[in-house]
Amino acid sequence: MTTPALRLQLSGITKVYPAVVANDGVDLDVLPGEIHAVLGENGAGKSTLMKIIYGVVKPDAGIIRWEGTPVQIANPARARKLGIGMVFQHFSLFETLTVAENIALALDAEHAGADLATRIREVSARYGLPLDPARHVHSMSVGERQRVEIIRCLLQDPRLLIMDEPTSVLTPQAVEKLFETLRRLSAEGCSILYISHKLDEIRALCHRATVLRSGRVTGSCDPRQENSASLARMMIGGDLPHPVHRDAQAGAELLNVDGLTLAADDPFGTSLADIRLAVRAGEIVGIAGVSGNGQKELMAALSGERRLADADTIRLCGVPAGRLDADARRALGLAFVPEERLGRGAVPEMSLAENALLTAHRCALVARGFIRSDAVRAYAAETITAYRVKAGGPDAAAQSLSGGNLQKYIVGREIRQAPKVMIAAQPTWGVDVGAAAQIRQALIDLRDSGVAVLVVSEELDELFEICDRLAVIAQGRLSDARPTRETNAEEVGQMMAGSFIAASTTSGRQFSPAGAI
Amino acid sequence: MNLVPLRLEARPEPSRLAGWISPLLAAAATIVVGFLLFSLLGKDPLAGFHAFFVKPIESRYGVGELLLKASPLMLIAVGLAAGYRANVWNIGAEGQLTLGAIAGGGIALAFHGSESPLILPAMLVAGVIGGMAWAAIPAWLRTRFNANEILTSLMLVYVATLTLSLLVHGAWRDPEGFNFPQSKLFTEGALLPNILAETRLNAGFLIALAVVAAGWVFMQKSFPGYQMRVAGLAPAAANYAGISAPRTVWMGMLIGGACAGLAGTNEVAGPVAQLLPSISPGYGFAAIIVAFVGRLHPVGIVFASLLMSLLYLGGESAQINLALPSAITGLFQGLLLFFLLAADVFIHYRLRVARRVPAPAL
Repeated sequence: MTTPALRLQLSGITKVYPAVVANDGVDLDVLPGEIHAVLGENGAGKSTLMKIIYGVVKPDAGIIRWEGTPVQIANPARARKLGIGMVFQHFSLFETLTVAENIALALDAEHAGADLATRIREVSARYGLPLDPARHVHSMSVGERQRVEIIRCLLQDPRLLIMDEPTSVLTPQAVEKLFETLRRLSAEGCSILYISHKLDEIRALCHRATVLRSGRVTGSCDPRQENSASLARMMIGGDLPHPVHRDAQAGAELLNVDGLTLAADDPFGTSLADIRLAVRAGEIVGIAGVSGNGQKELMAALSGERRLADADTIRLCGVPAGRLDADARRALGLAFVPEERLGRGAVPEMSLAENALLTAHRCALVARGFIRSDAVRAYAAETITAYRVKAGGPDAAAQSLSGGNLQKYIVGREIRQAPKVMIAAQPTWGVDVGAAAQIRQALIDLRDSGVAVLVVSEELDELFEICDRLAVIAQGRLSDARPTRETNAEEVGQMMAGSFIAASTTSGRQFSPAGAI
Repeated sequence: MNLVPLRLEARPEPSRLAGWISPLLAAAATIVVGFLLFSLLGKDPLAGFHAFFVKPIESRYGVGELLLKASPLMLIAVGLAAGYRANVWNIGAEGQLTLGAIAGGGIALAFHGSESPLILPAMLVAGVIGGMAWAAIPAWLRTRFNANEILTSLMLVYVATLTLSLLVHGAWRDPEGFNFPQSKLFTEGALLPNILAETRLNAGFLIALAVVAAGWVFMQKSFPGYQMRVAGLAPAAANYAGISAPRTVWMGMLIGGACAGLAGTNEVAGPVAQLLPSISPGYGFAAIIVAFVGRLHPVGIVFASLLMSLLYLGGESAQINLALPSAITGLFQGLLLFFLLAADVFIHYRLRVARRVPAPAL
C-alpha cells in the first residue's frame, strides 16, 4: 500500500485552528536524499505543516508515514528520535545560556558528551558556519543565532532536515557554503524539506517543489524547469507586483549622525566607531552588512532605545536628539521598524489594537491620559485593511499572527503615523515575496512623499532594488554611502568583508559625511 | 512507564477561562484539605466548616466585620496589582501600611481633641504620603543602584514595625495608659464615621471601593496604566516605545505605597482608634495573596479580599469555637496561595489522558 522507498509520506493532513484552516488535506512525499521545497505565501500553512512533521503541532486528521510505517509524532523528542531535525524560523534558544549549553539541552544524552564543544567547532568549521561554543546567546545577532540552530540539527546526523527559511540572514557567500552543505547531506542520503520565499534559491538547490496556497496543495513541479515568475504565479495565483521606482528628489537633511562612537553594552556586542551618516528627505539610504557587525547597536542608538551622552551626535529634522528617549524622538517625526517583531515591535500577548497604541498613541488615540478605545480599534482595523494583514481583526493577539503578517502590521502602524524619518531594520525578513514586495513599495511610496528612509538589511537584492544610496557596515564602522547605480554586488560584498576599513585608514580616515558625495 | 496515564500538554496559547477557574479550583482544594485537617485534629469537619465559614457571617455584625477586614485587603491589593502587572515586586506593603498609620496617627495625636472637619482628610493625606515615602526608598534603591525591590521592600517592613514600636513605647505613649505601649485613644474628629448600624463598619470601606474603582480605570482605561502593562509583559517593547523603565518602577512602587499607607490610616482612624505596636494582622502580606487570587484585576480583587477576610474571621471563630490555635488562619491563607499557584499550571497547560503511541518498527 505504501512505497517503502519513501522517506516521509503525508496523506490528507488537516489542521484547523479556531480562526483559520491551516492545512486542508495536504499530501506530500519526500524521497531519500531529496531536497524538496515547500513554497507558499505567509499563512499558506507551510510552517504548520512543518510543525506537524516535527511533532510540535498535532494534526486533526491525516496519516504520517515514516519510511513506510505509520507513526504518531507526539513531540519533537520523538521526531528527533526518528531522525528528523528542524531549524525554525523563530529560534528556540535560551538567551542566558551559552551556545554549547543550548545545544546540549536539545540533544539526547548520547550526543551531548563532554566533547560537545569540540564537536561544535568541528561541525561549524566543516560547514563554514563559524561559531564559538562558549558565547552567550543573548549577545548574538539573528544571523548568528540561526547558525546555532543549524549546527544543533547537524550534530544529530538527521535523516530528514527541515529548514524554515534558513538563508534569510546569510551573506551570498555563506548561502553558497550552506548549499554545499545541504547538497553534501543530500548526497549522503539525508532528505531535506526546504522552506523559502527566495525563488532563485529554490531553483538552484531543490529537486522538487510542492506549492501550498491557503492550506491546500495547489501544485508541484521541478523548480529547475521553472523560472522565478512562473513559480511566483503558482504561489500567489497571480502576477507579482513590481515596485515602481522613480529617481530620488532628495531634499533637506532630516537624519544626521555625526561621529557616533559607542562602546558595546555587552562583551560580545560590536562597538560603533565614528559612524557618520546623513539621510535626506525623499531618498532611501541602505545599510548592507553581515549581521553582528554593529547593526543592532546602531539601530538602538538611532531609535533612542539606547541614549547617547552627546545630544548633537544624532540630529532629527535638525534637532539634537542624541539624549532623547525613543518616544521623544518619535515626537520629532521618527518611525522605526525593529528587527524583532514579537517582544520588541509588538507585545505578544496584547491584541493588535493594543499594539497600535504602543507607538501610534500620538495619532489622537489618547485624550487627557485616557485611551480612546474606539479610535484605537479603528486605527488597528484601518492598518489591517490598508496593509492586507491576515488576522482575526483588531482583537487578535499579536502572537497569533504569522511573522510576515505581523511585520506588515508593524510597518503599517509605523507608516500611518506620517513620519518624517523612517528607519527599518530587516523590513522583509521571513516575509513572503508578495508581502515583501508590498512592504518595499510602501517604503518607496514613503520616500516619494518626501520622507527620509533608512533601511538596514542583509539582503543585497532588496537594497539594490529600493535604495538610492548604499553604505556598508563592517566591524562597527560604516562606509561612505554611494549612489546605488555607481556600485555593484561584488564591490559591496568586498566592503561587507571590511575592505573599506583598511582603505580609509591608509588614506587618513576619511569618514566624510555621507551627504557630501 | 507512567502509572497514571495523564500528562500535561502545552496549550498553543494561554487559556483565559483557566485563568478565572484557577482561583475557584484553588478555593475548592483548600476546602477539601481543610476538611481532612479538621478530621485529623479530631474535630467534626462539618461543625468545623460551619464554625469557619458560616458562623462568622451569620449576623449583621459578622457581615460588617467581613467588609471591615476586606477593606484594607482590597485597598492594598489593588495598589500592589498595578505594580505587579509592570513586574514591580513590592513585597513591603505591610511596612508602607505601618508608615501610613504612623503618619495618619501622628496627625491625630498632634491635633488631639480637635473637632475640626479637616483633621480626618489631613490624616488620610498624611497616610498616603507616609506609605509613598516608605515605598520610595526601594524605588530609589532599584532605579539608582539596581537593588532588588523584593528584598529591600521586605526588609523595610521590619524597620517600619520597629519604628512604630519605638514611638508607642516612647514619645507617643499615652501618659495615662498605665505604661502600656499604646498612644492616647483618638478623639471623635480623628475617626472615620460608621456607615452600618450595630457594626464596626466605617467609611473606610467606601474609600476602599472608590480606590478599587479608580484602580480599574487606571489599569484598563488610562494610558499610563497601559504603559505599565507593556513594561510588565515585554520590557524590550517598552524600551522600543520609549516607556521609561525607572518611571515604571517609581509608579509601581508609589501606587502600591499610597494604597497601603491609606489602608494604614484607615485602620488607625477606624477599628484600632489609637496607635499600638501592631496595627495590622498581616494585611500587607495577605494582600499579596489577594492580588494574585484576584488575577491582578480589580474586580477579582474585590472577591478575593472577601474570601481572605472570611479566612481571618473563620480563624478567629475556629479559635473560639473549636479551640484551634491561631495559626489556623495563616495555614488556610498558605493553602489557598499554594493551590492557586498549582492550579495556574492549567493556564498554560492542559491535562491529557495519554494514549499509547504505536511504536514504529525501526
